[in-house]
Amino acid sequence: MVSEITPDLVRHLGVLARIKLTDAEVTQLTGQLDAIVDNIAKVSEVATDDVVATSHPIPMSNVLRPDEVGEPLTREQVLQNAPDAADGRFRVTAILGEEQ
Amino acid sequence: MAAAKLMDYDKALEMFEPVLGFEVHVELNTRTKMFSNAPNPANEEFHSAEPNTLIAPVDMGLPGALPVVNAAAVRSAISLGLALGCTIAESSRFARKNYFYPDLGKNYQISQADEPIAFEGSVEIELEDGTIIAVPIERAHMEEDAGKLTHMGGATGRIQGAEYSLVDYNRAGVPLVEIVTKPIIGAEHRAPEIGKAYVATIRDIVRGLGISEARLERGNLRCDANVSLRPRGQEKLGTRTETKNVNSMRSVERAVRYEIQRQAQILADGGTITQETRHWHEDTGRTSPGRPKSDADDYRYFPEPDLLPVQPAAELIEELRAALPEQPVARRRRLKADWGFTDLEFQDVHNGGLIDEVEATIAAGAAPASARKWWTGEITRIANTQDREASALIAPADVAALQSLVDAGTLTDKLARQVLEGVIAGEGTPEEVVESRGLAVVSDDGALIAAIDEALAAQPDVLAKIKDGKVQAAGAVIGAVMKAMKGQADAARVRELVLVRAAE
Amino acid sequence: MSDIIRLNAAELGAKLAAGEISSVEATQAHLDRIAAVDGDVHAFLHVNEHALTAAAAIDARRAAGDSLGELAGVPLAIKDVLVTTDQPSTSGSKILEGYMSPFDATVVARSRAAGLVPLGKTNMDEFAMGSSTEHSAYGPTHNPWDLDRIPGGSGGGSAAAVAAFEAPIALGSDTGGSIRQPAHVTGTVGIKPTYGGVSRYGAIAMASSLDQVGPVSRTVLDAGLLHDVIGGYDRNDSTSLPDTWPSFAQAAREGATGQVLKGLKVGIVRELPDSGFQPGVASSFRESLELMQAHGAEIIEISAPHFEYGVAAYYLIHPAEASSNLAKFDSVRFGLRVTPEGNATVEDVMSATREAGFGPEVKRRIILGTYALSAGYYDAYYGSAQKVRTLIQQDFDAAFAKVDVIATPSAPTTAFKIGEKIDDPLQMYLNDLTTIPANLAGVPGISIPSGLAADDGLPVGIQFVAPAREDARLYRVGAALEAVLLDSWGAPLLDRAPVLRSAQGRTEGAR
Ligand SMILES: [Mg+2]
Ligand SMILES: [Zn+2]
Repeated sequence: MVSEITPDLVRHLGVLARIKLTDAEVTQLTGQLDAIVDNIAKVSEVATDDVVATSHPIPMSNVLRPDEVGEPLTREQVLQNAPDAADGRFRVTAILGEEQ
Repeated sequence: MAAAKLMDYDKALEMFEPVLGFEVHVELNTRTKMFSNAPNPANEEFHSAEPNTLIAPVDMGLPGALPVVNAAAVRSAISLGLALGCTIAESSRFARKNYFYPDLGKNYQISQADEPIAFEGSVEIELEDGTIIAVPIERAHMEEDAGKLTHMGGATGRIQGAEYSLVDYNRAGVPLVEIVTKPIIGAEHRAPEIGKAYVATIRDIVRGLGISEARLERGNLRCDANVSLRPRGQEKLGTRTETKNVNSMRSVERAVRYEIQRQAQILADGGTITQETRHWHEDTGRTSPGRPKSDADDYRYFPEPDLLPVQPAAELIEELRAALPEQPVARRRRLKADWGFTDLEFQDVHNGGLIDEVEATIAAGAAPASARKWWTGEITRIANTQDREASALIAPADVAALQSLVDAGTLTDKLARQVLEGVIAGEGTPEEVVESRGLAVVSDDGALIAAIDEALAAQPDVLAKIKDGKVQAAGAVIGAVMKAMKGQADAARVRELVLVRAAE
Repeated sequence: MSDIIRLNAAELGAKLAAGEISSVEATQAHLDRIAAVDGDVHAFLHVNEHALTAAAAIDARRAAGDSLGELAGVPLAIKDVLVTTDQPSTSGSKILEGYMSPFDATVVARSRAAGLVPLGKTNMDEFAMGSSTEHSAYGPTHNPWDLDRIPGGSGGGSAAAVAAFEAPIALGSDTGGSIRQPAHVTGTVGIKPTYGGVSRYGAIAMASSLDQVGPVSRTVLDAGLLHDVIGGYDRNDSTSLPDTWPSFAQAAREGATGQVLKGLKVGIVRELPDSGFQPGVASSFRESLELMQAHGAEIIEISAPHFEYGVAAYYLIHPAEASSNLAKFDSVRFGLRVTPEGNATVEDVMSATREAGFGPEVKRRIILGTYALSAGYYDAYYGSAQKVRTLIQQDFDAAFAKVDVIATPSAPTTAFKIGEKIDDPLQMYLNDLTTIPANLAGVPGISIPSGLAADDGLPVGIQFVAPAREDARLYRVGAALEAVLLDSWGAPLLDRAPVLRSAQGRTEGAR
């Protein structure tokens, strides 16, 4: 498995992850990720088809909750950390830009 | 937005074969949310809550909060899967669908990806002429709804041009089952009608199961319609568009038809269809482009580490299977036979969305023919003039009571229509309206005979003709008597008595 | 230095119960200690202004004759990854500066219910990403043994607080070694419980399938007492085990008699040879094993061929899950908001906020995790890493068929200098070489001090790992070795730590 970490890929990952990256960060991350990925890609050496994946270390299933109403947060609690709010709701800037 | 050029519908169908697909989101009416014990606004009881008052920490992605699966939502999803003829998975699992949007508290939606709770089913739908079509179901999976955005400062509350938006997370975490069909091939010119009938059938199924309020206008049921065209004779499916959140059955029909015409024109002009989501506009009857599908739609699904697999016990599945109500199509087949309706009579009831009402009216004691006549006749007429749903006007029990007054001779058909108006106007039960409006048939022979004698005396020439055996002449006297009785007499009885008195 | 702060939690609890000391006195003594030394150590991000009120309430309950637990009235330091209603919770990040949670983490709520007095919130690598606490957005914590050195991470604050006698016990969280490795470098005790043994509810998630909350202390018994308080089933955490657990304090007390070492089968991992460790670490480890052997334990070599893939698997699973868990920090509902100039869209605001609010290590891991999960790479990376988990579990299963516990050095080196590895993420990641397999497999692990490294005089820890659900075995074995070592040393290891300069007259020791 050859890893091809390019500046364009890092920039794209920044968009996916909603982290604005400076050019300097892109350059630095490209180098670091390339080294890290080279190192961690070795997992595929032993991860053959006959090995099942483990997503939970202790297997369990059917952990369900009865359909009983609890005490919801008060609106004050809901909004207490809000960077901006209006009319009992969270306020965010325009979702679409002008050209959209 | 400039109107797209549309090809004539019949011409479009000559050149291309439409292939459909539907994704219907059903909001479950459990008391609590999918992953928290906050009250569920999709349950009637909590429907009118103030913004941001139905929230547990996990619903708004508070740091440290964790989801726990609602057992009732799992039961509902299994029931729905069974009603759709699906296989229930031995093991199903939640996954995270990662994307950023302000209405998504955690910026990932907990959904199911590779391991849905139900898969591989089929559901029969019935078209207006009674044709039955099997729609293939790919899967039904559990997931959570997002919050609600209100766009402010722009025109008409649209996202375009808005200055800012407000977020209410009450709906975040509402339990959803998303039903995904396989490609529906062979719909041909009936494609729009199939869309409408499919959504109607899903609504009937979830209503029958009692697992959703199933009100399209409230978003309890939301349909995304996928449409693609392929040139006649081509094997490969064309590029599809996905029209989002078409929120009435009529809109599904219109949106499918519109997309067929729009895509056909583009293809005929040598253009290509962009794979994209589109938005339906009820007011203009058009769709407009949303986001094109792109690299940015990399949802990075992975198994939800905060939740464990759901592995329903075979006994639970069998218990829910045994409790399933009849399938809508099977039920209709049975009712049509029970009621002895002709195809046309039954379609009248079905197309009017009045099966439940007629059934309840019959259950309350009315004969099938009378029940049908009331609902598809007078009540529908009044509903149309008032622009309301027939079912909202009057209770089936009142219709049955009205008919029983007719059957007992207390009311004539004409009087009964007046009583109906009174009941619809909120004046009370049929009996109360008869009482308060004084509309009962005069069945006292003494009063009738007095009126007859008076009329005969006033028209001696008519009396003579009757005595001569010209019985048809009695009509004039009967008319006078009915007028004197203000119509509240049984004309047949009056006729009998006229002949008796004339002979004396 | 007041005598009160030298007391272990068990000793302090006994004196509180006997009425020899009040909780207010005990709490005040620790607050004074924080004021005196935390300017240098910087273990705390926040000191609880309500601590004395909480202490007074416990004293009142005791005076009223309420029956209280063994730790009632004992001060507790809380890693800032755990949300608290009475103090800010930042997880060491600027993006959560000043965040107030409307609910307590389950472990915090249980601690309060048991009468423990929340003393403050301890420093950590931002969102627990790191092995040195240098990645805290609020500046590094310093190792009380040598202020120029790291206290380990991510829970360097909790370990340093306990080592510096600023708190008798603390709460930590361990995703890849964040409780055990700080214990190793600070000469303290730390346990990562079996996955699901302690609730994660209210622990700001980093890698959900690896995270576990656990106790940090100066003695094995103290850890057991705290574990008894915080552990057990929690319906708010779907991954919480419904098991009934034995008393871990009881297990520690039983272990302290040393009997458990007789016939104990201790596995050592062939694939982790001495050569992989700093000589002082390797020799301390060998000495501990010899001591155990001398008390009747049997040392058996086992093979764990997939441990070498552990770090790689960890650095795929961890960033992948973290990239998703950290998506919630988007400026909409809580936390920092940075609005760029011009007509910024929500996307611009989110991107600018996350750029400004996350430190370099967090960004690095989010980008790495986003990559590992993205279309086309999932199977090779995340999917393969999950298979490695299976293989490591199989290694453990095979080993535990032959031995009762596995022993390893808790980390490859002693405390390194602050700044030494900060620009070399790969070097930094290797710190967790011996601790990571337990997280991947979900099994419990304990680190207790094994002595000082001969080469640099700094603390070294020995780690024991047991099968899933056998946490009590770790308390028995840990307490047994602890007792034997204490015997050989004649006094607790921490007595050999340098005396911290007390900044008299400093009114505010912590930020
Ligand atoms: Mg969909
Ligand atoms: Zn969906």
